[in-house]
Amino acid sequence: MSSFLSNIFKRRSSAPVARDRLQILLAHERISVGDGKDDLLAQLHREIMEVIKRHVAVDQDKVQIKLDRGAQYSTLEIDVEVPGLTDGKPAAPAKPAPDKAKTKPA
Amino acid sequence: MSKVLVVTSGKGGVGKTTTTAALGAALAKGGQSVVLVDFDVGLRNLDLVMGAERRVVFDLINVIQGDANLAQALIKDKRVDNLSLLPASQTRDKDALTSEGVAKVIDELRKKFDWVICDSPAGIERGAQMAMYHADVAVIVTNPEVSSVRDSDRIIGMLDSTTAKAKKGEKLEKHLLITRYDPQRAAKGDMLGTDDVLDILSIPLLGIIPESGDVLRASNVGAPVTIAEPDSAPARAYTDAARRLNGEKLEVTIPTERKGLFDWLFKRRVA
Repeated sequence: MSSFLSNIFKRRSSAPVARDRLQILLAHERISVGDGKDDLLAQLHREIMEVIKRHVAVDQDKVQIKLDRGAQYSTLEIDVEVPGLTDGKPAAPAKPAPDKAKTKPA
Repeated sequence: MSKVLVVTSGKGGVGKTTTTAALGAALAKGGQSVVLVDFDVGLRNLDLVMGAERRVVFDLINVIQGDANLAQALIKDKRVDNLSLLPASQTRDKDALTSEGVAKVIDELRKKFDWVICDSPAGIERGAQMAMYHADVAVIVTNPEVSSVRDSDRIIGMLDSTTAKAKKGEKLEKHLLITRYDPQRAAKGDMLGTDDVLDILSIPLLGIIPESGDVLRASNVGAPVTIAEPDSAPARAYTDAARRLNGEKLEVTIPTERKGLFDWLFKRRVA
C-alpha cells in the first residue's frame, strides 16, 4: 500500500518483460539443449562457414558473428573479411556487406 | 594493473550472479574496463541477468577448445562502454573446463581488461574451483542466515588452500558482501546481524546490500541493478562496494529506500 503512489508514477511492471524474455529464450533452448544437437541457427552458422572456408582461407580474427534470437524471427550476421581478391586493382571494399540469414523459428 | 575477482559463496541462490552483474556494471560505469565470466557450465544465467541471452553465439568452452577466439565470444554490453560478458556453455560437459584452458583464457582477459570478474557456480566442485583458482580478489556473498554463513566459511577455507595464490604462499584478498539484508528483521533480533556474521567469518566487510524489489525488477528486465535502478538502495550499496574494491575508504552504511512523504507518514523509518 505504501508504495501505491510511487508505483503510479513509475515505469510499467517488469514481470511481463521477464515472461517474454523467458519464452523466447526457452523456445530456443528446448531445441538445442535437450538432445545436445545444434539449433537451426547454429547449424546455419556452421554450414555457412564451411562453404566460405571451401573458397577462401578465413582468418578467425577477421570473422565477426552476431546473433539475435527473436520471437518472430532471428538474425544471424556473419561478417567475413575476404583478403586480396583484387590483384592490385584499386578499392574493392575491404569488407563485404554482412551476410544476413533470417530464419523463422522452427 | 589487471585484477581477477571471483564472486563465490558455496551456497546457491544467495546472489552471486546478481552481485557479479551489479559490481561489474558499477566498476565499468566508473570508467574501468570489465569483463564478466560465467563459470556455471550447463546452468548459465549471467547472460540472462545481463540481458544478453539472445546474443550468445560462442562461450567459454568454445574459446578453450579453439572453436572461437576471445574477440568473437565476448559480448559487449549495449548500455555501458567497457563492459563485456563471456558466457558459460549451456550444452557442453563440465569436464571441458580444463585448468590449462581456463588459465589461458584468464591470461588473455587480463591483458584486455582492468577487472576480470568470475561468477562462480554454487557448490565446491570443479566449476567453483576453476572460477576461484586464478583470483587475486574474492568477494564472498553471504546471506544473514545459518546455512549461508556455514557454506561461506567452507569457501573461505578453500580460497586459502586451493587457489593459485594460496599455493604460492601469497595472500588472496577476501571481502565479505552481505546480501538480502533486512534491517527491520535484524532490529527485531530475528536475523543474524552484520556483526554476528563478521565475527564468525572474520574477513573484512565490503558492503551490505539491503533486500529490495529493485533487484528482482532489474533481473526481470535483464539489467544489472546498478544500471536499471542506479538510485535505488541496493544499487547505491553496490556502487559503494565497487569503490571499496578500488581501495577507497568509505564507511559501510546500509542505504535505505528514498521514500516520499507518503511513505514517511505511514511507515516506521528503517534504522
